[in-house]
Amino acid sequence: MTSLPPPSAKKLGLVIDLDTCVGCQACVTSCKEWNTQGYSEPLTDTTPYGADASGVWLNRVHGYEVKEQGQDQSRIVHFPRSCLHCETPACVTVCPTGASYKRAEDGIVLVNPETCIGCKLCSWACPYGAREYDVSHGVMKKCTLCVDRIYNENLEVEDRQPACVKACPTGARHFGDLGDADSKVSQLVAERGGYDLLPEMGYKPVNKYLPPRARRDATNQKAEALPKPDGSAFDRLFVWADKLLSGKQATVRASDLDHSSKLEG
Amino acid sequence: MHPAYSVILFTTSSGAGYGLLALLGLVGVNHGQASSLWFGVTAMLVALGLVTIGLLSSTFHLGHPERAWRAFSQWRSSWLSREGVAAVATYVPALLFGLVWSGLIEAPSWVAPLGIFTAVMAMVTVCCTAKIYSTLTTIRAWNNRLTVPVYAAFSLATGALMLAAISSLFGRFQLFQVIIGVMLLVILIALKLAYWRAIDTNPRNHTMEDATGLGRIGRVSQWEVPHTSENYIQKEMGYVVARRHAAKLRRLVILLLLLAALALLAAILAPAIAILAALLAAAAGVFERWLFFAEAQHVVTLFYGAKAA
Repeated sequence: MTSLPPPSAKKLGLVIDLDTCVGCQACVTSCKEWNTQGYSEPLTDTTPYGADASGVWLNRVHGYEVKEQGQDQSRIVHFPRSCLHCETPACVTVCPTGASYKRAEDGIVLVNPETCIGCKLCSWACPYGAREYDVSHGVMKKCTLCVDRIYNENLEVEDRQPACVKACPTGARHFGDLGDADSKVSQLVAERGGYDLLPEMGYKPVNKYLPPRARRDATNQKAEALPKPDGSAFDRLFVWADKLLSGKQATVRASDLDHSSKLEG
Repeated sequence: MHPAYSVILFTTSSGAGYGLLALLGLVGVNHGQASSLWFGVTAMLVALGLVTIGLLSSTFHLGHPERAWRAFSQWRSSWLSREGVAAVATYVPALLFGLVWSGLIEAPSWVAPLGIFTAVMAMVTVCCTAKIYSTLTTIRAWNNRLTVPVYAAFSLATGALMLAAISSLFGRFQLFQVIIGVMLLVILIALKLAYWRAIDTNPRNHTMEDATGLGRIGRVSQWEVPHTSENYIQKEMGYVVARRHAAKLRRLVILLLLLAALALLAAILAPAIAILAALLAAAAGVFERWLFFAEAQHVVTLFYGAKAA
């Protein structure tokens, strides 16, 4: 049934921290690894070792360059993009067969690979590019939020979370119930000002993104002035050592050790 | 958007078929039974043939054509499903109308009601097709109030020229067919020009900054794509025709439609030219439908480097 169920109290989703994501692609490969062997048919690659390798992936990590106002240098933001399990997903309502559906109990958006006819309309309806068509199986594939892990009683309790979340080495991906205001993920969103992608389109994504924090490194600041030479015993020692190493011609005065003036110039 | 040839063939062929069907229904309402059995049977076969070729070709682009029957189930929410239901449902009044109008079954009093029913169902189907596109908020060029009128006008105009062409073959070419045909072509040209004007001037409201949400910290540009070769999203949604080619093709569409109108006028002197008019309009339809896809920018392109959508 592609009509949407009444809004569920439970809204399972991901919170992605753009501040700590380092773009290592571990979430991408672990997603591919898990989902190529589980729930649906494999996530095919065509000519994986050829010149024009391509394939189905449910999670992609983009890199964006952001030019901040008043900063000389840009910063790079790694940006994982996957299904946002929207509350009002048009990808579900446009589906003519009922293969696309939103689960009433937890809000996960899924595709039934047994009934999908591969018309691709759902991918047209998604603003986030979350759905990828699998040419070899003739059906649409998308993030399942690892529905076959998170409820899987054969796995240890700590493994019952999406593969991408388990794989992330920097803890940039968080999984939980965004319908529960007291959940860890909801609190994280509240605390860090988590936001929706393209909120004006009205899809009401469940997944949230945490914005990069203000820069706290000094790489784009002007070089800090080194301490001025103070004529101490150490300074005199360095002047002597410098003279010795530079040979007879060199005449080094203590003021030459004032690097800061050179760097600023 | 990637222009899939099966979808172009489907929408133009079935569009002309439904337009012809609708006009035959109205001819039945106005003139009663067809003037000869062969004229009636041929016209109906052409109309239903075009529709059927179109519907079959629409299944070619499916990953699983054998499951196409499932598409009739979700008419409550999906315009694609509604289109499927309407397309199949139209066969019922259309076949009955064809039987009584052509005179295969003698029931003159049924010609008018079945004609109206057929005409309405045919146009409902065309509008459902257009609604599939016009309801996609992800594609600004389609999410436009002129999308449905243009589809309807194309269907009726190409249908009217098919009617004139078939009539000329049977020596039944009449002045009213010219008047209706030219009027529909003029309306179509006006609507299509207005549509192009609208998609050229409507603001591109979404930016890369909105899509990534990174506008809150600064100006965003693409640094690195997430894969080494084009993926499905880029192939399907990233297709954009060069602006100068688009301008040329737009002029070609309008030229073909104007030539079709001229040919239809010339058919007053030599009815056989109506066949040429129908072919010209069909060619215009193919180019126009190709452009409809190729000029449409999907909002997902923002994640892949487009500045605005």
